[in-house]
Parts: sequence; structure tokens; C-alpha cells
Amino acid sequence: MQETAWAVSTISIVVLAAIFVWVISRSRDQAEYAPIQNSGYLWRKRLFIALVITGVPLMGATLMNLPYAASASVAEDALHVEAKGYQWYWEISASQAQVGQPVVFHVTSADVNHGFGIYDESMRLVAQTQAMPGYTNELVHVFSNPGTYQILCLEFCGVAHHQMKAEFTVVAANDGGEV
Amino acid sequence: MSSAQVMDNNQQGTPLVKIYVAISAAVLLLMMTVGFIMRLAQGKVLEVPADLFYQLMTVHGTGMVGIAALGSASIMWYFASRHLELSRIIFVANLVLFLIGVVMILGSILGGGFAAGWTFLYPLPAEAKGLWGTAAAASFLLGLLLIGTGFLALHLDFARAILKKYGSLGKGLGWPQLFGRDAGDPPPPVVVASTMVTIVNTLGITAGAAILVMSLINLFVPSFVIDALLAKNLIFFFGHVFINATIYMAVIAVYEILPRYTGRPWKANKVFLAAWTASTIMVVIVYPHHLLMDFAMPSWMAVMGQVISYTSGLPVLVVTTFGALMLIYRSGMRWDVTSSLLVLSTFGWAAGVIPAIVDATIHVNLVMHNTVWVPGHFHFYLLIGVASMIFGFMYFLGKEGAVVEDRWFDRWAFWGFMLGSLGFVMMFLYAGAESVPRRFAEHLPQWVPYDRVASVFVAVLVTSVLVFVLRYFGRLFAVNPATLATETH
Repeated sequence: MQETAWAVSTISIVVLAAIFVWVISRSRDQAEYAPIQNSGYLWRKRLFIALVITGVPLMGATLMNLPYAASASVAEDALHVEAKGYQWYWEISASQAQVGQPVVFHVTSADVNHGFGIYDESMRLVAQTQAMPGYTNELVHVFSNPGTYQILCLEFCGVAHHQMKAEFTVVAANDGGEV
Repeated sequence: MSSAQVMDNNQQGTPLVKIYVAISAAVLLLMMTVGFIMRLAQGKVLEVPADLFYQLMTVHGTGMVGIAALGSASIMWYFASRHLELSRIIFVANLVLFLIGVVMILGSILGGGFAAGWTFLYPLPAEAKGLWGTAAAASFLLGLLLIGTGFLALHLDFARAILKKYGSLGKGLGWPQLFGRDAGDPPPPVVVASTMVTIVNTLGITAGAAILVMSLINLFVPSFVIDALLAKNLIFFFGHVFINATIYMAVIAVYEILPRYTGRPWKANKVFLAAWTASTIMVVIVYPHHLLMDFAMPSWMAVMGQVISYTSGLPVLVVTTFGALMLIYRSGMRWDVTSSLLVLSTFGWAAGVIPAIVDATIHVNLVMHNTVWVPGHFHFYLLIGVASMIFGFMYFLGKEGAVVEDRWFDRWAFWGFMLGSLGFVMMFLYAGAESVPRRFAEHLPQWVPYDRVASVFVAVLVTSVLVFVLRYFGRLFAVNPATLATETH
């Protein structure tokens, strides 16, 4: 997902920059404004239509399978894990899951706002939710690779925010590790 | 008040505008230097203890938001006062309240050790773990409240002046021309933009004041507990609206100054009016995109956050960016630092919106929220967008009414600013795509190279801004500004 976000953003920014450079390179020439306006309004209309035509299906596609209320439809064998944030540590009821097993993290906070961010072994963020006092956010995640995952705090919570870490182990499905 | 009296009010207000801009320029430079120190600390070039780092982070965030608002407000006041009967007393009062607020905030952070971030997310101000006291937290919150009060007074004065001249805020937005049969001239772009900002910022600041007062009560009466999700909604509604309003105030510089360089007018036609009315609504209702990872929020609000984020990019791209490009294309335009900065600012706004929209996609937000991707996109449209608009306006202030050229170091500073800014924000975005968290005093060894490369770009950027600021102060204190500011060929 991160690679896609980076590629879409940089390509779009480069295309926009190229348009600016092209227009700027012609800025010292002089021509009557009215024909440029007429042509510009036509192109603006086309741009608007193109953005709507591409944007509407894109919006529809990206609004499928949202992470909210996902716990309502998880399988019965899902692992339920209670995670509570404190300044500056995590209290987590289980520290291990199996690959392919749905895990429902019930995330809350005992004091201030925290962020429950799950990082894989290459320190790539795979999922997150906020940890809020008075609320429990349910994050459903299915781990696809075994390894030692890091839980980092992703909401600024005070002086040791960057040190607020925990580990979560994911074992291969046939390892049968104790959960 | 006659139009001659309105122009007189504008002329008499110009020294005040220059003071606003001088303070804005100096503080922008100072806050950029603070940001530079933070990047050097993350890159392990400088050793900065975590408590000091988070204090600097709070100073940087609060200072940048406040000064972006002050600088942008000076642009809006300068051009709007040519059409509206604005009060100079309120304009001065806003500055005075701002400065008192700044002193209180700096005192709370540097004197009291307050470091809860500029978002003062409840209940962190009250949960200091011994690092700051109640008085420091109260001083910070009261300082923000004073600054908000000043801006609220300023916007209410705009509302009064718009109502006096046009009869209603709807007329200020050009609704009779947009929706009715009125074939007359709509208000000029500066009035349309001012009306939009007046509406949204009045709502935003009121919400901000509410949560500030609630947080203050909580500080002294801990049994007064606030719902954490309500607090978050109020804070992000206020924060989102207030910082976005800076763009809508500052872009007036593009509407007003660029036509002078191209010889082509920027008129408020129906598409322009429709875009600004749409933006008025969208800026207010889009804020849930800051809360996409708060799963306890109603899902429809998250969906609305994504949908409106996508659509809110359209007015920017289709009206302002496209309008600026049409204005420039084959216009025989005169290029100097002012016009270059204003064109760069249009690009910065439009380009910065792209990674912002990407991040507002819920599935992307799941793996990008609160990584440095976020400061990547907001620095794009605030640094390359808003700051460029303010610096462009700053260069314009000493030149209005005269054809003058910049010196070689002005041009070098422009290129340094552009390349330094672009490199800096792209490093943020790249590191964000690599999952580097934001607001971390210490980075893992594999993240340090990003910080160091970014620091090089920031060094170029800060040096360039130093030239901008020194040149402005040189013009401000020169006996004959035109002579000292320019080389005449």
C-alpha cells in the first residue's frame, strides 16, 4: 500500500510540475487573452469531467471492506487480544498469534491518547488504530508472515512517547505455539 | 464611508500590514530554525534531550500555525481594506492579543517545560508526569485562547464590514450572481475569499475556544472530565479549519498580485464563485479525515472524511491552479522574485493536496497515519504554498507601483528556497512511505539517513529565507526603499 501511495503521489506531482514548467516556458510570449480563455475553459471542463470519471469509481473501490466494525464478521477461531496503553508502556493480554488467524485487538488507554501501530520485522507499518481513554477501538488483522512484530505508539503522549514499545510474535500456522 | 475614505483607510493601514509581515517573516525564520534543529536531532547530528525536543516540537507547531495565520491575515486585510471599511483598531488589537498570547505560550514551554504538542490533545496537558505544572499548561491554553480571541474579533470585523457593504454574507460570496438572476458584477475575489474565511474561521475558532475553556477547567477541577472523543473532534475541527483558513487568506496574494504581472484580470466568474461556496462547506465538514483511525467514530463520518477530501481537491485544481496557469500562459509576464514565489505557491498548494488526498483514503491511512507522510503533505502546501505566498507578498510590499528588479542574491535565494523546500518535503514523504513515525525525538538507525539528507535541504531553505527576511527588513528601514531594494537597469 505504501509503495502505491508513494508512486501515485510522486507521479501526479511530477506531471503537475511538468505542466507548470510547460506553461512557464511559454509565459514570455504574448498572445490575446480571450482565445486562451476560451480554450482554457474548454480544457478545464475536460479536466473536471476526467477527474470525476476517474474519481468516482476510485472512491467506490477504496471504500470497500473498511476496517471499521470488522470484528462483527470475524471467524469464531479469532484470537481476541486486549491492549491498553499507559504512559509509556503497553499492557497486552496475549503476545503470540498464528499466521492466517484473525486477531481482534481491543485497544484502549488508561490515561492519554496513544496510537497502536503494528510494525513488521522490516519496520513496515502493517496496521494501526488509536488508543483512547474511555473508548475501545477494535482492530482486526490477519498476519500473513511469521516473525516478531513491534507495537509502537503512534500518537504523541509525552516525553517517552518514542520509547513506548511492545513485541508481538506471530508463528507459522503449524507451529502450534502457545497463545 | 466613500471609496476615497476606504482607500485612505487602506493607506493608513499599510504601516500596520508591514509590521504584521515583519513579525511574520522573523517568526517564520525562527520557527524554521527550530525545525532545522529537530531534524538535526533526529539525524543524530545534534544531541537534544527528549524533553527539550518535545518542547521545541510544541514551539514549532504552535508558532508555525499562529504565524501562518498572522501573515495570511495581513495579506487579506491589505487587499480587502481597499473594498471594505475595516477597523484599524481591531487590526491592532488582534496583533496585541497575538503578542501577549505568544509570550504566555513561550513562557509555558521554555519556562514551564510544557510539551503537549500544539494540538494539546486532551487529557495530555493535565497528565504531565511531573514534567510541567498546572500553571504552565494553563498559560499555554490561555495564550492560545487569547490568540483565538484576537482572530475572532478580526473575523467579526470583516463580517461587519461585509454586511455593511453587501448586506449579507451570501452576497459576499456572490450568491445572487451564482444562484439568482443578478447579472451585475459579483464581489471581487478578495471579498469572496474574505467572506469564506470569515464564515469558516468563526466556526473553527469558536469550537477551539470551547475545548480550550473545557481543558482549562479540567486542569483546575480534575473531576470535570471531558469525553476524549468529543475533545478530539473539537480540537481537530478547530485545527483543521484554522490552518486551512491560512491558505484561503494567503491565496488572495495570488489573485491580487499575479494579474499585475500578467496584465490579465482575475475575475470572480460563476465557476470561481461556485468553487468558493463549495470550499466553504467542504472545509467545515472534511475534518473527520483526521480521525480515520478512531474506530469509535461513526463510520459514516469517516466515509464523509474521505469523500469530501477527494472532492475538496477539485476547487483547488480546477479554479485556482488552472486560473493561475491561464493567466500566465503566453501573457508576456514579467518574472521577478515576487511573481516567481506566487507561481511556486500555486504549485505548492496544488501539489501538496495530492499526497493529502492519498492519505485521506481510509485504506492508505491505516498504514500512513501519524507517519512523517503527514508532515510531508502539510509542509508541501504550508511551506511551498502559504509561506511562498507570504514571502511573495513581502517582496511585493516594497515594490508596489514601481517596476523594479531584484538583485542576484534575491534570485539565488528564490532558487534555494524552492529546491530546499522541495527536497525537504519529498524526504518527509519518502520516509513516510517507509513508515517512519512522526513526532519521535529519536529515530532508529535505518531512519537516520532520511533525516540527514532532509537536514541538508533545510539548511539551504533556512539560508534562503534569511536572505528574504534581511532584504525585507532592509527595505523596511531604508530611507528610500526603492533605491536600496533594487537595481535599476
